[in-house]
Amino acid sequence: MTNKLFEYFKKESLPYPLALYRIGFGILIMFSLARFALNGWIESLYIEPDFHFSYYGFSWVKPLGVYTYLIFLICFTSALFVTLGYKYRYSIVILFLSFTYIELMDKTTYLNHYYLLSCISFLMIFLPCARYFSVDKQENVKIPQWTIDSLKLLIVIVYIYAGLAKINSDWLISAQPLKIWLRAKYTIPFIGETLLQKDFSYYLFSWGGMIYDCVIPFLLLYKRTRYFAFFMVIAFHIMTRVLFPPIGMFPYIMIFSCIIFFDNGLHKKILDFIRTIFRLKITNNEKFNSNPKSYMRNKLVIPILSVFFVFQIIFPLRNNFYHGELLWTEQGYRFSWRVMLIEKAGYTTFKIVDNKNKNFQVVDNMDFLTPFQIKQMSFQPDMILEYAHFLGDTFKKRGFNDVSVFADSYVTLNGRPSKRFIDHKVDLYKQKNDLKHKTWIIPIKDDIKSLL
Amino acid sequence: MRFNYLIILFFIILLSISCTENDNNSSSDNYNRSSLLSNVVDNIIIPAHQNFDNELDLFESAINSFDQERTLSNLEMMQVQFIESYKAWQHIEMFNIGYAEQIFYASKMNIYPANITRISENINAENVDLDGNSNQFSAQGFPAIDYLLFGIAENNTQILDVYTSDNNSTFTYLNLLIGKMVENTDLVINYWETNRKNFINSTGNTSSSSLNMLANDFVYYYEKGLRANKIGIPAGVWSGELPQNVEAYYKSDISKMLAIEALQASADFFNGIHFGDSQTNGEGLYDYLAYLDDTNYSDSSMFVGLQDDIVDSFDNSRVKLNQLNDNFALQIETDNMKMLEAYDAIQQGVVRLKTNMLSILGISVDYYDADGD
Repeated sequence: MTNKLFEYFKKESLPYPLALYRIGFGILIMFSLARFALNGWIESLYIEPDFHFSYYGFSWVKPLGVYTYLIFLICFTSALFVTLGYKYRYSIVILFLSFTYIELMDKTTYLNHYYLLSCISFLMIFLPCARYFSVDKQENVKIPQWTIDSLKLLIVIVYIYAGLAKINSDWLISAQPLKIWLRAKYTIPFIGETLLQKDFSYYLFSWGGMIYDCVIPFLLLYKRTRYFAFFMVIAFHIMTRVLFPPIGMFPYIMIFSCIIFFDNGLHKKILDFIRTIFRLKITNNEKFNSNPKSYMRNKLVIPILSVFFVFQIIFPLRNNFYHGELLWTEQGYRFSWRVMLIEKAGYTTFKIVDNKNKNFQVVDNMDFLTPFQIKQMSFQPDMILEYAHFLGDTFKKRGFNDVSVFADSYVTLNGRPSKRFIDHKVDLYKQKNDLKHKTWIIPIKDDIKSLL
Repeated sequence: MRFNYLIILFFIILLSISCTENDNNSSSDNYNRSSLLSNVVDNIIIPAHQNFDNELDLFESAINSFDQERTLSNLEMMQVQFIESYKAWQHIEMFNIGYAEQIFYASKMNIYPANITRISENINAENVDLDGNSNQFSAQGFPAIDYLLFGIAENNTQILDVYTSDNNSTFTYLNLLIGKMVENTDLVINYWETNRKNFINSTGNTSSSSLNMLANDFVYYYEKGLRANKIGIPAGVWSGELPQNVEAYYKSDISKMLAIEALQASADFFNGIHFGDSQTNGEGLYDYLAYLDDTNYSDSSMFVGLQDDIVDSFDNSRVKLNQLNDNFALQIETDNMKMLEAYDAIQQGVVRLKTNMLSILGISVDYYDADGD
């Protein structure tokens, strides 16, 4: 067995796939950042708000006022260098660090596809993407097959977990939340008032989405179904873009990433195409020497990536260590590829009590948070707790003695009537902000069955 | 290579489809949104505005009569007509759309508490800009007139004195205020009458389409105009008790009547009940939710009946409001707990409207922009 493994790691391939991936990835990041900046989101999401929600262990990652633009600029520049293959090793590390820093600044803006971009850029640090078609002068050397396969593995993991997450009773038996979402899309041409208003189509889309996610990785991996699979990838993701514009760049990232499943020949053709339309004078004798030792030289790479992939497989399952219904409590919900899985909204206000003189005050959230932050905070317990601590601290500074903070919170999940979410008799200010199970979330009475 | 071109072509076709989502869709669909919109516009919004306009005209006449003859009985006529207009206003405050939104109509009509200092300054000033200055919102409209007719002196005899013995500057200001209210109201009514077709035809689901604006404005009004302004803020929910912040503070004993009128207006809008004709129940948000209820929740483990829960909230709120003193300021000073109970009852409605209703209708609360997945 280990012999076979050893043989596999020695297998080699041509550098075309990683070169193309590097170029496309860099362009996608540059495009995302430009779109983000042009929408004014750097200002409205990272500079305007007075308060930012932080990730556990990363509260030191904060926006830097007007210098936040600098972080975006650094990220954009590193993406440009990655595209060009200029000082690739340094630029991909800076890209990973700056992009992840941006992500970590405020939990409010968590998106699965930002997490995906961080994961991919991390992985790419260890992959020889600049061996071909890059500014960095490189010798023509073959690359290990496993470096290409590692990108495929990451995409496979994302799809499979996204698919398995859809195996739950709300999604498959009640066709929620698609029933609510699709019905509201009545202005989409052709299908808006017809297909999207029919009951059977909600089940079609729900089951179809689940089956697509679970099956597509295998269709992509198997050569005979690859072209068909890619066609499905384009159709599926374009459809999500048409139906759900807020999904942003996710569809394009996935469509592009699926090219990696194709063989060297196709990649070479695409690179040649790029070469001709940009009239690039890069010449290469296309003769690649074998070098089986190249990636063995650095003994750390394979162990690091093994840990990385073990993490990718185990981390999405951590919700099983917590009590309660995941879709309700969201303990372990992020970073598990649960993409567009639930419709959830909340209404959460806070009462600050001065225990010494029995004064109390209900906070107008608009005094401290932006409407977007209020929306996100209202149904996510970790954000509710962090905000409660912030409020307690703020009122302490204002002269309140022996402060207690209570949350009056109602949440609706997938169309259910809103129910009280947080125990309003629990002083959240005294609750520790840690990774332990949050006992003060009122359990949901409905029984939702899920696979994961 | 040929296959690649096919892919690109396919891409382009689908992308072009994604760019054509539009808002002007007048064909009927599975739930007849345009029939809801036309019921709301033709049988609620326009009649309510016309009724308000009539009351305002009667108020203006009363003011003119008072101008001719400054007597106690003419003063009382003005006061009576003030109350009737204020009551009629409660039925239109929630429709902060289109022209009304542009000119900050609701802010110019009903921001309270009135700013007495600024009113006094204005009375003594040469020219006052009541149109373009947001600082002047609390020196005009109903709250300012409330002060001028009821608060400017201890009792009616002394109030009449103010109007007969000063240099007429107080009356001039009163006249200015009613003139502005009439002027703005005429323009708002004109907007509704000329734009009704466009409004009814905008049946899409974007932040600028009619149903979204109506739903969002209604929720905002119920949360802020009704719950916070009339009850919550004076009862001290967000700060200390502020009895002087009740609506119609100077008249003092109509705050309950106005709140109940506003609640009734909200419930009628939600139910689609024709203005001025409580027997006729047309299409409203109630019916839209009921339609979704029928079609969505065939699975019995899921919830049924949000629309009825919302009506329950309205009923509970009415019960609690009825238990209050006519004079909210007095209620706050003697037994604030009852105000807080009314607040809680109204709050329950806010939660159902703002989270559940908007969620099920697929309408997003309208004031932010970002990606989401």
